[in-house]
Amino acid sequence: MARRIKLDTLRSAEHLIELRDVSVQFGSQAVLRDIDLGIAANQTVAIIGQSGCGKTVTLKLVIGLLRPTTGKALFDGRELYTLGDRDLTKQRLRFGFLFQGAALFDSLTVFENVALGLREQRRFSEREMRERVRQRLLEVGLNSEVEAKKPAELSGGMRKRVGLARALALDPEVMLYDEPTTGLDPVMSDVINELILQTRQGRPLTSLVVTHDMKTVVKVADRVVMFYPLAELGRDEEQIIFDGTVAQLQETTDPRVRRFIEGDARAARPTPPERTQP
Amino acid sequence: MTARSPNFITRLGDRAEGALVLLGDWALFAAQAVLWTVRRRPSHGTLTAAAYFVGVRSVTVVMVTGGFIGMVLAVQAYSQFHQLGLATRLGSLINVSVVRELGPVLAATMLAGRVGSSMAAELATMRVTEQIDALSCLGANPVHYLVVPRFLACVLLIPLLTILADVMGVAGGAFLTVKIYHVDAHHYWAHSADYVGLWDINTGLVKSVFFGAAIALISCHRGFNSKAGAEGVGQAATESFVASFIAILALDFFLAMFMNTLYDRIWPVAGGRII
Repeated sequence: MARRIKLDTLRSAEHLIELRDVSVQFGSQAVLRDIDLGIAANQTVAIIGQSGCGKTVTLKLVIGLLRPTTGKALFDGRELYTLGDRDLTKQRLRFGFLFQGAALFDSLTVFENVALGLREQRRFSEREMRERVRQRLLEVGLNSEVEAKKPAELSGGMRKRVGLARALALDPEVMLYDEPTTGLDPVMSDVINELILQTRQGRPLTSLVVTHDMKTVVKVADRVVMFYPLAELGRDEEQIIFDGTVAQLQETTDPRVRRFIEGDARAARPTPPERTQP
Repeated sequence: MTARSPNFITRLGDRAEGALVLLGDWALFAAQAVLWTVRRRPSHGTLTAAAYFVGVRSVTVVMVTGGFIGMVLAVQAYSQFHQLGLATRLGSLINVSVVRELGPVLAATMLAGRVGSSMAAELATMRVTEQIDALSCLGANPVHYLVVPRFLACVLLIPLLTILADVMGVAGGAFLTVKIYHVDAHHYWAHSADYVGLWDINTGLVKSVFFGAAIALISCHRGFNSKAGAEGVGQAATESFVASFIAILALDFFLAMFMNTLYDRIWPVAGGRII
Protein backbone atom coordinates (compact mmCIF):
# COMPACT_ATOMS: atom_id res chain seq x y z
CA MET A 1 0.00 0.00 0.00
CA ALA A 2 2.82 2.39 1.03
CA ARG A 3 4.71 1.51 -2.17
CA ARG A 4 1.61 2.29 -4.23
CA ILE A 5 1.16 5.69 -2.60
CA LYS A 6 4.83 6.46 -3.24
CA LEU A 7 4.50 5.40 -6.87
CA ASP A 8 1.39 7.55 -7.25
CA THR A 9 3.23 10.56 -5.84
CA LEU A 10 6.15 10.01 -8.23
CA ARG A 11 3.83 9.77 -11.22
CA SER A 12 1.99 12.94 -10.17
CA ALA A 13 5.28 14.78 -9.77
CA GLU A 14 6.03 14.22 -13.45
CA HIS A 15 2.61 15.34 -14.60
CA LEU A 16 0.61 18.39 -13.60
CA ILE A 17 -2.49 16.80 -15.10
CA GLU A 18 -3.07 13.09 -15.16
CA LEU A 19 -5.90 10.78 -16.17
CA ARG A 20 -5.51 7.23 -14.84
CA ASP A 21 -7.64 4.45 -16.33
CA VAL A 22 -10.46 6.94 -16.71
CA SER A 23 -13.81 5.82 -18.07
CA VAL A 24 -16.89 8.02 -18.39
CA GLN A 25 -20.38 6.80 -19.08
CA PHE A 26 -23.59 8.89 -19.33
CA GLY A 27 -26.49 6.50 -18.72
CA SER A 28 -25.93 3.67 -21.17
CA GLN A 29 -23.59 5.69 -23.40
CA ALA A 30 -19.87 5.20 -22.84
CA VAL A 31 -17.80 8.24 -23.88
CA LEU A 32 -14.31 7.48 -22.54
CA ARG A 33 -12.76 4.08 -21.84
CA ASP A 34 -9.59 3.35 -19.86
CA ILE A 35 -7.86 6.59 -20.77
CA ASP A 36 -4.30 7.06 -19.49
CA LEU A 37 -2.91 10.48 -20.18
CA GLY A 38 -0.28 12.56 -18.42
CA ILE A 39 0.46 16.21 -19.19
CA ALA A 40 3.59 17.89 -17.90
CA ALA A 41 3.68 21.50 -16.76
CA ASN A 42 4.27 24.18 -19.41
CA GLN A 43 3.31 21.82 -22.25
CA THR A 44 0.73 22.74 -24.91
CA VAL A 45 -1.24 19.65 -25.81
CA ALA A 46 -3.81 19.55 -28.61
CA ILE A 47 -6.55 16.95 -28.24
CA ILE A 48 -8.06 16.14 -31.60
CA GLY A 49 -10.69 13.69 -32.80
CA GLN A 50 -14.12 13.42 -34.37
CA SER A 51 -17.19 14.91 -32.71
CA GLY A 52 -18.45 12.77 -29.85
CA CYS A 53 -15.11 11.13 -29.04
CA GLY A 54 -14.95 12.71 -25.56
CA LYS A 55 -12.60 15.67 -26.03
CA THR A 56 -14.73 18.23 -24.17
CA VAL A 57 -15.54 15.64 -21.51
CA THR A 58 -11.78 15.27 -20.96
CA LEU A 59 -11.42 19.03 -20.37
CA LYS A 60 -14.30 18.98 -17.89
CA LEU A 61 -12.76 16.03 -16.07
CA VAL A 62 -9.48 17.89 -15.70
CA ILE A 63 -11.12 20.92 -14.07
CA GLY A 64 -13.44 18.80 -11.92
CA LEU A 65 -16.73 19.77 -13.59
CA LEU A 66 -17.32 16.08 -14.26
CA ARG A 67 -16.44 13.01 -12.26
CA PRO A 68 -15.07 9.89 -13.96
CA THR A 69 -17.29 6.81 -13.76
CA THR A 70 -14.15 4.78 -12.96
CA GLY A 71 -10.48 5.77 -12.63
CA LYS A 72 -8.92 9.00 -11.44
CA ALA A 73 -8.55 12.48 -12.91
CA LEU A 74 -5.74 14.24 -11.08
CA PHE A 75 -4.60 17.84 -11.09
CA ASP A 76 -1.39 18.46 -9.17
CA GLY A 77 -1.91 15.07 -7.49
CA ARG A 78 -5.47 15.83 -6.34
CA GLU A 79 -8.85 14.61 -7.50
CA LEU A 80 -10.68 17.95 -7.74
CA TYR A 81 -14.19 16.48 -7.64
CA THR A 82 -13.51 15.05 -4.17
CA LEU A 83 -12.51 18.41 -2.65
CA GLY A 84 -14.72 20.60 -0.46
CA ASP A 85 -16.06 23.96 -1.71
CA ARG A 86 -13.16 26.10 -0.49
CA ASP A 87 -10.35 23.83 -1.73
CA LEU A 88 -12.13 23.21 -5.01
CA THR A 89 -12.47 26.95 -5.66
CA LYS A 90 -8.81 27.46 -4.76
CA GLN A 91 -7.70 24.80 -7.25
CA ARG A 92 -10.10 25.93 -9.98
CA LEU A 93 -8.69 29.44 -9.84
CA ARG A 94 -5.44 27.95 -11.16
CA PHE A 95 -7.30 27.28 -14.42
CA GLY A 96 -8.63 29.46 -17.20
CA PHE A 97 -11.29 27.96 -19.46
CA LEU A 98 -12.23 29.28 -22.88
CA PHE A 99 -15.56 27.64 -23.70
CA GLN A 100 -16.64 26.69 -27.19
CA GLY A 101 -19.33 29.41 -27.42
CA ALA A 102 -17.31 31.66 -25.06
CA ALA A 103 -20.10 31.20 -22.41
CA LEU A 104 -20.25 34.94 -21.69
CA PHE A 105 -22.98 35.99 -19.26
CA ASP A 106 -25.68 37.58 -21.42
CA SER A 107 -26.99 39.89 -18.74
CA LEU A 108 -23.57 41.38 -17.92
CA THR A 109 -21.44 43.84 -19.86
CA VAL A 110 -18.00 42.92 -21.21
CA PHE A 111 -16.38 44.64 -18.23
CA GLU A 112 -18.58 42.77 -15.75
CA ASN A 113 -17.88 39.48 -17.52
CA VAL A 114 -14.11 39.88 -17.35
CA ALA A 115 -14.26 41.25 -13.80
CA LEU A 116 -16.56 38.52 -12.45
CA GLY A 117 -13.81 36.16 -11.35
CA LEU A 118 -11.88 39.03 -9.73
CA ARG A 119 -14.99 40.34 -7.97
CA GLU A 120 -15.86 36.92 -6.59
CA GLN A 121 -12.44 36.74 -4.91
CA ARG A 122 -13.30 39.90 -2.94
CA ARG A 123 -9.64 40.84 -2.63
CA PHE A 124 -9.30 43.40 -5.40
CA SER A 125 -10.24 47.05 -5.08
CA GLU A 126 -12.50 48.56 -7.76
CA ARG A 127 -9.46 50.42 -9.19
CA GLU A 128 -7.33 47.27 -9.35
CA MET A 129 -10.17 45.45 -11.05
CA ARG A 130 -10.65 48.20 -13.67
CA GLU A 131 -6.94 48.24 -14.38
CA ARG A 132 -6.67 44.47 -14.71
CA VAL A 133 -9.75 44.19 -16.96
CA ARG A 134 -8.42 46.97 -19.20
CA GLN A 135 -5.03 45.25 -19.41
CA ARG A 136 -6.47 41.82 -20.26
CA LEU A 137 -8.76 43.28 -22.91
CA LEU A 138 -5.78 45.07 -24.46
CA GLU A 139 -3.83 41.78 -24.44
CA VAL A 140 -6.53 40.19 -26.59
CA GLY A 141 -6.68 43.21 -28.88
CA LEU A 142 -9.79 44.94 -27.57
CA ASN A 143 -9.90 48.53 -26.40
CA SER A 144 -11.89 50.01 -23.53
CA GLU A 145 -14.79 50.97 -25.84
CA VAL A 146 -16.13 47.41 -25.73
CA GLU A 147 -16.27 47.36 -21.92
CA ALA A 148 -19.82 48.73 -21.79
CA LYS A 149 -21.18 46.44 -24.51
CA LYS A 150 -23.32 43.37 -23.88
CA PRO A 151 -22.22 40.01 -25.39
CA ALA A 152 -25.15 40.13 -27.84
CA GLU A 153 -23.59 43.22 -29.45
CA LEU A 154 -20.29 41.43 -30.20
CA SER A 155 -19.18 39.39 -33.21
CA GLY A 156 -18.15 35.73 -32.77
CA GLY A 157 -14.45 36.59 -32.80
CA MET A 158 -14.88 39.38 -30.25
CA ARG A 159 -16.86 37.07 -27.98
CA LYS A 160 -14.03 34.54 -28.09
CA ARG A 161 -11.52 37.28 -27.29
CA VAL A 162 -13.59 38.52 -24.36
CA GLY A 163 -13.87 34.89 -23.19
CA LEU A 164 -10.09 34.62 -23.38
CA ALA A 165 -9.61 37.89 -21.49
CA ARG A 166 -11.98 36.59 -18.79
CA ALA A 167 -10.11 33.29 -18.58
CA LEU A 168 -6.77 35.10 -18.26
CA ALA A 169 -8.00 37.67 -15.71
CA LEU A 170 -6.88 35.63 -12.72
CA ASP A 171 -3.44 34.70 -14.18
CA PRO A 172 -4.09 30.95 -14.51
CA GLU A 173 -1.37 28.28 -14.54
CA VAL A 174 -3.39 26.09 -16.89
CA MET A 175 -5.47 27.18 -19.88
CA LEU A 176 -8.18 24.93 -21.27
CA TYR A 177 -9.44 25.80 -24.74
CA ASP A 178 -12.58 24.10 -26.04
CA GLU A 179 -12.61 24.42 -29.84
CA PRO A 180 -11.28 27.99 -29.79
CA THR A 181 -11.59 28.61 -33.54
CA THR A 182 -14.90 26.85 -34.28
CA GLY A 183 -17.33 29.09 -36.15
CA LEU A 184 -14.77 31.80 -36.94
CA ASP A 185 -13.53 32.96 -40.34
CA PRO A 186 -9.96 31.95 -41.31
CA VAL A 187 -8.47 35.33 -40.43
CA MET A 188 -10.16 35.48 -37.03
CA SER A 189 -9.16 31.84 -36.41
CA ASP A 190 -5.56 32.85 -36.97
CA VAL A 191 -5.97 35.82 -34.63
CA ILE A 192 -7.16 33.41 -31.91
CA ASN A 193 -4.25 31.03 -32.66
CA GLU A 194 -1.83 33.93 -32.30
CA LEU A 195 -3.48 34.88 -29.00
CA ILE A 196 -3.05 31.30 -27.74
CA LEU A 197 0.66 31.56 -28.57
CA GLN A 198 0.84 35.04 -27.05
CA THR A 199 -0.69 33.92 -23.74
CA ARG A 200 2.30 31.60 -23.23
CA GLN A 201 4.80 34.38 -23.68
CA GLY A 202 6.08 35.86 -20.46
CA ARG A 203 4.25 33.44 -18.18
CA PRO A 204 4.58 29.71 -17.47
CA LEU A 205 1.41 28.16 -18.84
CA THR A 206 0.19 24.63 -19.41
CA SER A 207 -2.41 24.48 -22.17
CA LEU A 208 -4.91 21.90 -23.34
CA VAL A 209 -6.47 22.73 -26.67
CA VAL A 210 -9.44 20.69 -27.87
CA THR A 211 -9.84 21.32 -31.56
CA HIS A 212 -10.86 20.04 -34.99
CA ASP A 213 -8.79 22.69 -36.69
CA MET A 214 -5.49 21.31 -38.03
CA LYS A 215 -4.13 24.84 -38.52
CA THR A 216 -4.51 25.42 -34.79
CA VAL A 217 -2.78 22.11 -34.06
CA VAL A 218 0.18 22.91 -36.32
CA LYS A 219 0.51 26.44 -34.97
CA VAL A 220 0.19 26.00 -31.22
CA ALA A 221 0.75 22.38 -30.14
CA ASP A 222 3.90 20.84 -28.65
CA ARG A 223 2.16 17.50 -28.52
CA VAL A 224 -0.94 16.03 -30.17
CA VAL A 225 -3.25 13.39 -28.74
CA MET A 226 -5.98 11.91 -30.91
CA PHE A 227 -9.10 10.27 -29.47
CA TYR A 228 -11.31 7.93 -31.45
CA PRO A 229 -15.07 7.52 -30.89
CA LEU A 230 -15.83 4.39 -28.85
CA ALA A 231 -18.70 3.48 -31.17
CA GLU A 232 -16.17 2.85 -33.95
CA LEU A 233 -13.67 0.91 -31.85
CA GLY A 234 -13.44 -2.78 -31.05
CA ARG A 235 -13.67 -3.92 -27.43
CA ASP A 236 -9.89 -4.26 -26.96
CA GLU A 237 -8.77 -1.27 -28.99
CA GLU A 238 -7.19 1.76 -27.30
CA GLN A 239 -9.22 4.96 -27.50
CA ILE A 240 -6.12 7.15 -27.85
CA ILE A 241 -4.96 6.29 -31.34
CA PHE A 242 -2.15 8.84 -31.62
CA ASP A 243 0.14 10.56 -29.12
CA GLY A 244 3.17 12.43 -30.45
CA THR A 245 4.53 15.65 -31.88
CA VAL A 246 3.06 17.62 -34.76
CA ALA A 247 5.87 16.36 -37.04
CA GLN A 248 5.07 12.76 -36.09
CA LEU A 249 1.37 13.42 -36.71
CA GLN A 250 2.07 14.60 -40.23
CA GLU A 251 4.14 11.52 -40.98
CA THR A 252 1.84 8.93 -39.45
CA THR A 253 0.52 6.18 -41.71
CA ASP A 254 -2.43 5.19 -39.48
CA PRO A 255 -5.40 5.48 -41.91
CA ARG A 256 -7.74 6.67 -39.13
CA VAL A 257 -5.43 9.54 -38.25
CA ARG A 258 -4.70 10.42 -41.88
CA ARG A 259 -8.41 10.48 -42.68
CA PHE A 260 -8.94 13.01 -39.89
CA ILE A 261 -6.00 15.30 -40.67
CA GLU A 262 -6.76 15.27 -44.39
CA GLY A 263 -10.50 15.71 -43.80
CA ASP A 264 -11.35 12.76 -46.06
CA ALA A 265 -15.04 11.90 -45.67
CA ARG A 266 -15.12 9.18 -48.35
CA ALA A 267 -12.91 6.82 -46.42
CA ALA A 268 -14.98 7.34 -43.26
CA ARG A 269 -18.27 6.53 -44.98
CA PRO A 270 -19.45 2.91 -44.57
CA THR A 271 -19.25 0.91 -47.80
CA PRO A 272 -22.75 0.53 -49.34
CA PRO A 273 -23.99 -3.05 -49.75
CA GLU A 274 -23.62 -4.52 -53.24
CA ARG A 275 -26.75 -4.51 -55.37
CA THR A 276 -28.11 -7.90 -56.27
CA GLN A 277 -29.84 -8.52 -59.59
CA PRO A 278 -33.54 -9.30 -59.28
CA MET B 1 -52.85 -9.61 -18.21
CA THR B 2 -50.41 -11.96 -16.49
CA ALA B 3 -47.77 -11.08 -19.04
CA ARG B 4 -48.34 -7.31 -18.60
CA SER B 5 -48.41 -7.26 -14.80
CA PRO B 6 -44.63 -7.45 -14.17
CA ASN B 7 -44.03 -4.74 -16.78
CA PHE B 8 -46.60 -2.49 -15.19
CA ILE B 9 -45.16 -3.05 -11.72
CA THR B 10 -41.64 -2.53 -12.99
CA ARG B 11 -42.68 0.66 -14.71
CA LEU B 12 -44.49 1.85 -11.59
CA GLY B 13 -41.42 1.04 -9.51
CA ASP B 14 -39.16 2.91 -11.94
CA ARG B 15 -41.46 5.92 -11.84
CA ALA B 16 -41.55 5.89 -8.03
CA GLU B 17 -37.78 5.53 -7.86
CA GLY B 18 -37.35 8.39 -10.34
CA ALA B 19 -39.69 10.61 -8.33
CA LEU B 20 -37.85 9.82 -5.09
CA VAL B 21 -34.46 10.53 -6.64
CA LEU B 22 -35.79 13.84 -8.01
CA LEU B 23 -37.25 14.80 -4.63
CA GLY B 24 -33.98 13.93 -2.88
CA ASP B 25 -32.00 15.90 -5.43
CA TRP B 26 -34.31 18.90 -4.99
CA ALA B 27 -34.04 18.66 -1.18
CA LEU B 28 -30.22 18.74 -1.40
CA PHE B 29 -30.38 21.66 -3.81
CA ALA B 30 -32.77 23.56 -1.52
CA ALA B 31 -30.55 22.86 1.51
CA GLN B 32 -27.53 24.20 -0.41
CA ALA B 33 -29.43 27.34 -1.39
CA VAL B 34 -30.54 28.01 2.21
CA LEU B 35 -27.01 27.31 3.49
CA TRP B 36 -25.43 29.74 1.02
CA THR B 37 -28.08 32.35 1.91
CA VAL B 38 -26.96 32.42 5.53
CA ARG B 39 -23.26 31.80 4.81
CA ARG B 40 -22.40 34.63 2.45
CA ARG B 41 -24.13 37.79 1.28
CA PRO B 42 -25.24 37.75 -2.38
CA SER B 43 -22.68 38.69 -5.03
CA HIS B 44 -22.35 42.29 -6.20
CA GLY B 45 -25.47 43.55 -7.99
CA THR B 46 -27.22 40.20 -8.17
CA LEU B 47 -29.87 40.84 -5.50
CA THR B 48 -30.89 44.22 -6.96
CA ALA B 49 -31.31 42.70 -10.42
CA ALA B 50 -33.35 39.78 -9.06
CA ALA B 51 -35.47 42.08 -6.87
CA TYR B 52 -36.21 44.35 -9.83
CA PHE B 53 -37.24 41.39 -11.97
CA VAL B 54 -39.33 39.63 -9.30
CA GLY B 55 -40.77 42.71 -7.61
CA VAL B 56 -40.98 45.83 -9.76
CA ARG B 57 -41.78 44.07 -13.02
CA SER B 58 -44.55 42.00 -11.41
CA VAL B 59 -46.45 44.93 -9.88
CA THR B 60 -48.88 45.51 -12.76
CA VAL B 61 -49.76 41.87 -13.32
CA VAL B 62 -50.30 41.26 -9.59
CA MET B 63 -52.48 44.37 -9.26
CA VAL B 64 -54.65 43.30 -12.18
CA THR B 65 -54.92 39.75 -10.78
CA GLY B 66 -55.86 41.03 -7.32
CA GLY B 67 -58.47 43.48 -8.66
CA PHE B 68 -60.23 40.82 -10.71
CA ILE B 69 -60.20 38.29 -7.83
CA GLY B 70 -62.20 40.73 -5.69
CA MET B 71 -64.60 41.64 -8.48
CA VAL B 72 -65.26 38.02 -9.50
CA LEU B 73 -65.96 37.09 -5.87
CA ALA B 74 -68.46 39.97 -5.65
CA VAL B 75 -70.18 38.93 -8.91
CA GLN B 76 -70.49 35.28 -7.82
CA ALA B 77 -71.68 35.94 -4.27
CA TYR B 78 -73.93 38.99 -4.74
CA SER B 79 -77.07 37.27 -6.13
CA GLN B 80 -77.21 34.62 -3.35
CA PHE B 81 -76.51 37.11 -0.55
CA HIS B 82 -78.92 39.64 -2.02
CA GLN B 83 -81.77 37.06 -2.14
CA LEU B 84 -81.19 36.29 1.54
CA GLY B 85 -81.05 39.98 2.40
CA LEU B 86 -77.42 39.68 3.46
CA ALA B 87 -75.81 41.82 0.77
CA THR B 88 -74.06 44.03 3.34
CA ARG B 89 -72.31 40.89 4.64
CA LEU B 90 -70.54 40.50 1.31
CA GLY B 91 -67.65 42.52 2.72
CA SER B 92 -66.78 39.83 5.23
CA LEU B 93 -66.95 37.03 2.65
CA ILE B 94 -64.99 38.81 -0.07
CA ASN B 95 -62.31 40.26 2.18
CA VAL B 96 -61.70 37.13 4.28
CA SER B 97 -61.47 35.05 1.10
CA VAL B 98 -59.11 37.53 -0.51
CA VAL B 99 -56.65 38.02 2.35
CA ARG B 100 -56.57 34.45 3.65
CA GLU B 101 -56.84 32.40 0.48
CA LEU B 102 -57.38 33.76 -2.99
CA GLY B 103 -55.01 36.73 -2.82
CA PRO B 104 -51.93 34.73 -1.76
CA VAL B 105 -52.73 31.63 -3.86
CA LEU B 106 -53.65 33.36 -7.11
CA ALA B 107 -50.86 35.95 -6.81
CA ALA B 108 -48.39 33.10 -6.24
CA THR B 109 -49.82 31.16 -9.18
CA MET B 110 -49.46 34.20 -11.39
CA LEU B 111 -45.89 34.70 -10.17
CA ALA B 112 -45.05 31.01 -10.68
CA GLY B 113 -45.94 31.61 -14.33
CA ARG B 114 -44.33 35.01 -14.78
CA VAL B 115 -41.29 34.77 -12.51
CA GLY B 116 -40.78 31.02 -11.99
CA SER B 117 -40.97 29.93 -15.63
CA SER B 118 -38.75 32.80 -16.67
CA MET B 119 -36.13 31.97 -14.03
CA ALA B 120 -36.20 28.29 -15.05
CA ALA B 121 -35.80 29.16 -18.73
CA GLU B 122 -33.01 31.65 -18.02
CA LEU B 123 -31.03 29.21 -15.87
CA ALA B 124 -31.69 26.37 -18.30
CA THR B 125 -30.27 28.50 -21.13
CA MET B 126 -27.26 29.26 -18.94
CA ARG B 127 -26.82 25.52 -18.33
CA VAL B 128 -27.12 24.67 -22.03
CA THR B 129 -24.69 27.43 -23.10
CA GLU B 130 -22.17 26.40 -20.39
CA GLN B 131 -22.53 29.70 -18.49
CA ILE B 132 -23.11 27.78 -15.24
CA ASP B 133 -19.90 25.78 -15.85
CA ALA B 134 -18.12 29.05 -16.61
CA LEU B 135 -19.20 30.43 -13.21
CA SER B 136 -17.70 27.38 -11.47
CA CYS B 137 -14.46 27.88 -13.40
CA LEU B 138 -14.28 31.51 -12.26
CA GLY B 139 -14.36 30.48 -8.62
CA ALA B 140 -18.01 31.42 -8.06
CA ASN B 141 -20.42 28.91 -6.59
CA PRO B 142 -23.33 28.77 -9.08
CA VAL B 143 -25.88 28.16 -6.31
CA HIS B 144 -24.61 31.19 -4.38
CA TYR B 145 -24.31 33.42 -7.44
CA LEU B 146 -27.53 32.47 -9.24
CA VAL B 147 -29.95 30.88 -6.78
CA VAL B 148 -29.45 32.88 -3.58
CA PRO B 149 -30.47 36.28 -5.05
CA ARG B 150 -33.52 34.77 -6.76
CA PHE B 151 -34.48 32.89 -3.60
CA LEU B 152 -34.15 36.02 -1.44
CA ALA B 153 -36.04 38.16 -3.95
CA CYS B 154 -38.94 35.68 -4.05
CA VAL B 155 -39.08 35.15 -0.27
CA LEU B 156 -38.96 38.89 0.48
CA LEU B 157 -40.97 40.34 -2.37
CA ILE B 158 -43.74 37.82 -3.05
CA PRO B 159 -45.29 38.65 0.37
CA LEU B 160 -45.16 42.36 -0.57
CA LEU B 161 -46.77 41.60 -3.92
CA THR B 162 -49.38 39.56 -2.06
CA ILE B 163 -50.22 42.62 0.06
CA LEU B 164 -50.68 44.52 -3.19
CA ALA B 165 -52.93 41.77 -4.56
CA ASP B 166 -54.92 41.82 -1.29
CA VAL B 167 -55.39 45.59 -1.43
CA MET B 168 -56.51 45.44 -5.05
CA GLY B 169 -58.81 42.48 -4.29
CA VAL B 170 -60.44 44.33 -1.41
CA ALA B 171 -60.76 47.47 -3.57
CA GLY B 172 -62.16 45.50 -6.52
CA GLY B 173 -64.76 43.73 -4.36
CA ALA B 174 -65.77 46.99 -2.68
CA PHE B 175 -65.99 48.84 -5.99
CA LEU B 176 -68.34 46.29 -7.53
CA THR B 177 -70.48 45.80 -4.42
CA VAL B 178 -70.79 49.43 -3.39
CA LYS B 179 -70.63 51.31 -6.71
CA ILE B 180 -72.29 48.84 -9.10
CA TYR B 181 -74.66 46.85 -6.83
CA HIS B 182 -75.30 49.89 -4.58
CA VAL B 183 -74.83 48.02 -1.28
CA ASP B 184 -74.55 50.39 1.68
CA ALA B 185 -70.88 51.28 2.10
CA HIS B 186 -71.01 51.85 5.85
CA HIS B 187 -72.41 48.38 6.60
CA TYR B 188 -70.19 46.75 3.96
CA TRP B 189 -67.04 48.05 5.65
CA ALA B 190 -68.39 47.53 9.17
CA HIS B 191 -68.96 43.81 8.50
CA SER B 192 -65.56 43.60 6.85
CA ALA B 193 -63.93 45.08 9.94
CA ASP B 194 -65.80 42.61 12.18
CA TYR B 195 -64.64 39.54 10.31
CA VAL B 196 -61.20 40.38 8.92
CA GLY B 197 -58.57 40.46 11.64
CA LEU B 198 -54.81 40.81 11.73
CA TRP B 199 -54.56 37.02 12.05
CA ASP B 200 -56.27 36.58 8.66
CA ILE B 201 -53.86 38.97 6.98
CA ASN B 202 -50.88 37.32 8.65
CA THR B 203 -52.10 33.87 7.60
CA GLY B 204 -52.05 34.99 3.98
CA LEU B 205 -48.62 36.55 4.35
CA VAL B 206 -47.09 33.49 6.06
CA LYS B 207 -48.38 31.39 3.17
CA SER B 208 -46.89 33.76 0.62
CA VAL B 209 -43.41 33.48 2.18
CA PHE B 210 -43.57 29.69 1.70
CA PHE B 211 -45.01 30.08 -1.81
CA GLY B 212 -42.14 32.42 -2.70
CA ALA B 213 -39.53 29.97 -1.39
CA ALA B 214 -41.17 27.08 -3.27
CA ILE B 215 -41.37 29.01 -6.57
CA ALA B 216 -37.69 30.05 -6.36
CA LEU B 217 -36.30 26.68 -5.32
CA ILE B 218 -38.37 24.63 -7.76
CA SER B 219 -37.73 26.93 -10.72
CA CYS B 220 -34.00 27.23 -10.08
CA HIS B 221 -33.69 23.47 -9.62
CA ARG B 222 -35.46 22.77 -12.91
CA GLY B 223 -33.27 25.34 -14.66
CA PHE B 224 -30.06 23.89 -13.22
CA ASN B 225 -31.05 20.38 -14.30
CA SER B 226 -32.26 21.25 -17.78
CA LYS B 227 -31.70 18.87 -20.66
CA ALA B 228 -29.81 20.03 -23.74
CA GLY B 229 -31.26 22.13 -26.54
CA ALA B 230 -34.29 24.35 -27.04
CA GLU B 231 -36.58 21.45 -26.12
CA GLY B 232 -34.79 21.05 -22.77
CA VAL B 233 -35.18 24.75 -21.99
CA GLY B 234 -38.89 24.70 -22.85
CA GLN B 235 -39.39 21.57 -20.78
CA ALA B 236 -37.64 23.16 -17.79
CA ALA B 237 -39.95 26.19 -17.96
CA THR B 238 -43.09 24.03 -18.22
CA GLU B 239 -42.01 21.63 -15.47
CA SER B 240 -41.16 24.52 -13.19
CA PHE B 241 -44.66 26.02 -13.51
CA VAL B 242 -46.47 22.69 -13.06
CA ALA B 243 -44.35 21.69 -10.04
CA SER B 244 -44.64 25.17 -8.49
CA PHE B 245 -48.42 25.17 -8.94
CA ILE B 246 -48.79 21.77 -7.28
CA ALA B 247 -46.46 22.89 -4.48
CA ILE B 248 -48.51 26.07 -3.95
CA LEU B 249 -51.75 24.08 -3.62
CA ALA B 250 -50.19 21.47 -1.31
CA LEU B 251 -48.51 24.11 0.85
CA ASP B 252 -51.76 26.07 0.99
CA PHE B 253 -53.60 23.07 2.39
CA PHE B 254 -50.97 22.17 5.01
CA LEU B 255 -50.38 25.77 6.06
CA ALA B 256 -54.12 26.41 6.39
CA MET B 257 -54.38 23.35 8.66
CA PHE B 258 -51.34 24.44 10.62
CA MET B 259 -52.47 28.06 11.05
CA ASN B 260 -55.95 26.97 12.18
CA THR B 261 -54.46 24.57 14.71
CA LEU B 262 -52.11 27.27 15.92
CA TYR B 263 -55.00 29.72 16.28
CA ASP B 264 -56.98 27.19 18.32
CA ARG B 265 -53.97 26.59 20.57
CA ILE B 266 -53.40 30.31 21.18
CA TRP B 267 -57.08 31.28 21.57
CA PRO B 268 -58.87 28.01 22.50
CA VAL B 269 -62.20 29.69 23.31
CA ALA B 270 -62.53 31.30 19.92
CA GLY B 271 -63.34 28.00 18.22
CA GLY B 272 -62.23 26.74 14.80
CA ARG B 273 -61.40 29.01 11.90
CA ILE B 274 -62.38 28.48 8.32
CA ILE B 275 -59.62 27.14 6.13
